[in-house]
Amino acid sequence: MTFEATLPLQSGASIRGYSLSYETYGTLNADKSNAVLICHALNASHHVAGVYADQPDNTGWWDNMIGPGKPLDTDRFFVIGVNNLGSCFGSTGPMHVNPDTGRVYGADFPVVTVEDWVNAQARLLDALGIAQLAAVMGGSLGGMQALSWTLQYPERMKHAVVVASAPNLNAENIAFNEVARRAIVTDPDFHDGHFYAHGVVPKRGLRIARMIGHITYLSDDVMNEKFGRELRSAVNSATGYKYSTQDVEFQIESYLRYQGDKFSEYFDANTYLLITRALDYFDPARAFGGDLSQALERAICKFLLISFTTDWRFSPARSREIVKGLIDNQRDVSYAEIDAPHGHDAFLLDDERYMNVVRAYFGQIANSLGGAA
Amino acid sequence: MSDPLIMQAIARLVPQGARVLDLGCGDGALLAYLQEHKGCTGYGVELDDANVLACAQRGVNVLQLNLDQGLKVFADQSFDVVLQIDTLQHLRNAEVMLRETARVGKIGIVAFPNFAHWFNRLSVLRGRMPVTKRLPYQWYDTPNIRVGTFADFADLARKNDLQVLDAFGLQHGQEVRLWPNLMAGTAVFKLQRA
Repeated sequence: MTFEATLPLQSGASIRGYSLSYETYGTLNADKSNAVLICHALNASHHVAGVYADQPDNTGWWDNMIGPGKPLDTDRFFVIGVNNLGSCFGSTGPMHVNPDTGRVYGADFPVVTVEDWVNAQARLLDALGIAQLAAVMGGSLGGMQALSWTLQYPERMKHAVVVASAPNLNAENIAFNEVARRAIVTDPDFHDGHFYAHGVVPKRGLRIARMIGHITYLSDDVMNEKFGRELRSAVNSATGYKYSTQDVEFQIESYLRYQGDKFSEYFDANTYLLITRALDYFDPARAFGGDLSQALERAICKFLLISFTTDWRFSPARSREIVKGLIDNQRDVSYAEIDAPHGHDAFLLDDERYMNVVRAYFGQIANSLGGAA
Repeated sequence: MSDPLIMQAIARLVPQGARVLDLGCGDGALLAYLQEHKGCTGYGVELDDANVLACAQRGVNVLQLNLDQGLKVFADQSFDVVLQIDTLQHLRNAEVMLRETARVGKIGIVAFPNFAHWFNRLSVLRGRMPVTKRLPYQWYDTPNIRVGTFADFADLARKNDLQVLDAFGLQHGQEVRLWPNLMAGTAVFKLQRA
């Protein structure tokens, strides 16, 4: 959907003539009360669930969660997936032409924040004629958007489901983002963000960014269980190590390189910079001297928060900060801390306890809608 | 403790419209009852995954937190009532949690199995740990790591400068006010900070 009107951004800049890609699943009921908005994290899109008829392998990124009969049941809810501004999966991003200059944005794409994304998503809902969501839901950076929704448009949702998220990034988290950004920016093929004009892609930087990201999304235990110190079969078992500093000898090296290669084929370098910056900047308590409870006073909807015990990038302690802020304001909140081994990635994986809690929560919401879908 | 008679007996102690924190809320039955019959609001705290799910299915607010880590997320005197119904006997830090209960709640209501009930005494006299409907576990598999009596708890409350507003026993869902330490399988205390 294309939006001609100018969208003012938090930075003071603005963007106009942009488009947002979105998908919907299920049917909007007569009183338009069963809509659920899904906000995506770093490496995801509006393609939330299901497959395309012509691309049977392209499964939506939260397909285990969303669909007919699934925890977020599209037989009962009207689910909207939206791709954020600055992304590289369809919505206007750095690889598109700036209508004001006639040139590709590249590094000049305006810095967008979580709040800006939410404002853009709100305009999409306006266009779809949805005044109030049954719920807004997201994991990780998507959870930050869901949280931000409850503060920017507190009247526009009845529930917020915030999974594996945080009220802001801590220093360690910003540090990981900075390493990833430096990897990209110092790649000679980056060309100050205008690599499109040179017909190249800063793949080396993207690969390293993805490798370090991937490490932080897993837990120590899972990585050890999956790879341990196992060597690639190509490494001669009789002689053991190759005594090379360059060869890919350990399985974990091979895995990370594969993930890095794959990522560098489809992800946009400028998008990576933009999205990690949006993560860094998000901090709703900042305007309140760091007092999260005061910041959350504006939120009036009901909340479900979920964290995973082995997630060290968005740890349970960070979710509990949000829980505390909501309790301080006497808001309705439920919180599940899932004892899952998979680190941050757990929010995308099947875990019965996790899925069941979400199913139960949405089941309650569906019942409150009076069953009309 | 989902016995409806016991639930009603506890509910009688909770003021209408109270903001309630139920520590160790189990499947959320009591909280749901208080919401429905007494217009209460609040949260349950529960550690067990199956119970957390049961609460979510009932639509009561449940927080999956470990009580052994205290009540840090709750501010002083932020609830009208803090409930510890059949929770105390499972807590490693039972005394700390009792103080925390009184810190967070304007009143605390604590209920737990009374090991001095005459039936239990008889069992111990026979040289056997009691196994009853109220205490259905063998000594080697019981989750009850704090084994105390009505009289013991009164001492603990005094030691922690807690004022006992009411105390009685429960047996077959009926209040026992005569010799509760001997005559009741369940001890109930309503307290506040002195």
